[in-house]
Amino acid sequence: MQFLANPTRFLKIANAVLPYVWAITIALFAVGLYGALVTAPPDYQQGETVRIMYVHVPAAWMALFVYTVMALASAVAAIFRHPLADVAAKTAAPIGAVFCFLSLATGSLWGKPMWGAWWVWDARLTSMFVLMLLYIGYMAIWAAIEEPHRAAMVARVVALVGFINIPIVKFSVDWWNSLHQPASVFRMGGPTIAGPMLWPLLVMGLAYTFLFLALHLTAMRAEIAARKIRQIQIAEIGDR
Amino acid sequence: MKLILALIKRDLTLSMRQGGGVGTALGFFLTVVVLLPIGIGPDQALLARIAPGALWIALLLSVLLSADRIFQQDYEDGSLDIMTMGPVPFEMVALAKAVAHWLSTSLPLAIAAPILGFLVNLEPSAILPLAVAMVVGSIALSLLAAIGAAVTVGLRRGGLLVSILVLPLYVPVLIFGLSASQPGAAPGLTTASLLILGAIALVSLVVSPLASAAALRSYLT
Repeated sequence: MQFLANPTRFLKIANAVLPYVWAITIALFAVGLYGALVTAPPDYQQGETVRIMYVHVPAAWMALFVYTVMALASAVAAIFRHPLADVAAKTAAPIGAVFCFLSLATGSLWGKPMWGAWWVWDARLTSMFVLMLLYIGYMAIWAAIEEPHRAAMVARVVALVGFINIPIVKFSVDWWNSLHQPASVFRMGGPTIAGPMLWPLLVMGLAYTFLFLALHLTAMRAEIAARKIRQIQIAEIGDR
Repeated sequence: MKLILALIKRDLTLSMRQGGGVGTALGFFLTVVVLLPIGIGPDQALLARIAPGALWIALLLSVLLSADRIFQQDYEDGSLDIMTMGPVPFEMVALAKAVAHWLSTSLPLAIAAPILGFLVNLEPSAILPLAVAMVVGSIALSLLAAIGAAVTVGLRRGGLLVSILVLPLYVPVLIFGLSASQPGAAPGLTTASLLILGAIALVSLVVSPLASAAALRSYLT
């Protein structure tokens, strides 16, 4: 971790790794979508509509995973003062927010034919909605404070306080009577989904993860460049 | 300990003398409570069903919007800077200020709200459960509002931002507060919800001083 603390070294590694990450992402999406749309069987109750699951579930997984990455990066920034940890947290937020919005949107599109409602205020949907608000609040803090170092310090607090919502989202379907499907993959006793439906789901999950990795590395490069520009601008003002 | 009590007393005295304390919060509370029947219509049965929820939401908003008083003034005139250097740990300073806010604003509102419930046709049998739930919940409300106040203390237009940051944290308080205030519910549910509300208050008691102090330090350095 300290090995990557030097921004220049991080950029070198990121630049070298990024094309391969994109290649793996595209390959995983190809395999996953083929499995999801072609080889996976239709559901005995839902028919072909079940295929939204292959887009909806990985998006929801990523929304939770990215917030966890944000909280972890904030903790690393607070404890170890790692120079790139704040950059990692800041750049992860918009990506996670989009994943969260996608999971809400695809879930809504799935819910209308299946449940008969675009939206219900059950435990899982409410806590995911709260997660969306937490993402928005976190991005708003970065936007509201001009000085990057101070913004980073405040943002760490916001990310860490909001992390309490992640276990609530995960276990909401167990703790409350929920309309949403209970845990079917990450549960004690193993997954309850049949094999032909499970492997495309896991491949799509991996594809989404590599997509996040690619986007995150790109965004971190951009943020590091933006900070260098800001430093140059400040130095120019000082030179006058 | 005496210093912490002195801090609480100082904040309470200031809030009483300067105005903008419980009087203004109560006024805002009444305004929200007035708007609800006007917006929803005069159907008394409907109002009776939503009365606990309406009163809870009015309480949430009143506590939230009065929260920036917690740290704002001392931040602006430099007292907060001095408090970081004093003998009291800064986390305890933040806790003392949140407690003062609870005593001066949240607690009076939590006690007054059920009594004012007749404005939204609250069932008389619901007054006591609502009062108990609101008093317990108000602890969490003040502490969480303090986190939001600390995170936005140095911002010029932090008002709406406090709402975005703190209302997601208020959602569990609202959910459990409501299920603890329904008069006709199973007694097991009321007790369980009250206990969870207490648990949320205890967790905020630990998290709020730590988070507020960390956020304030980033503005003070």
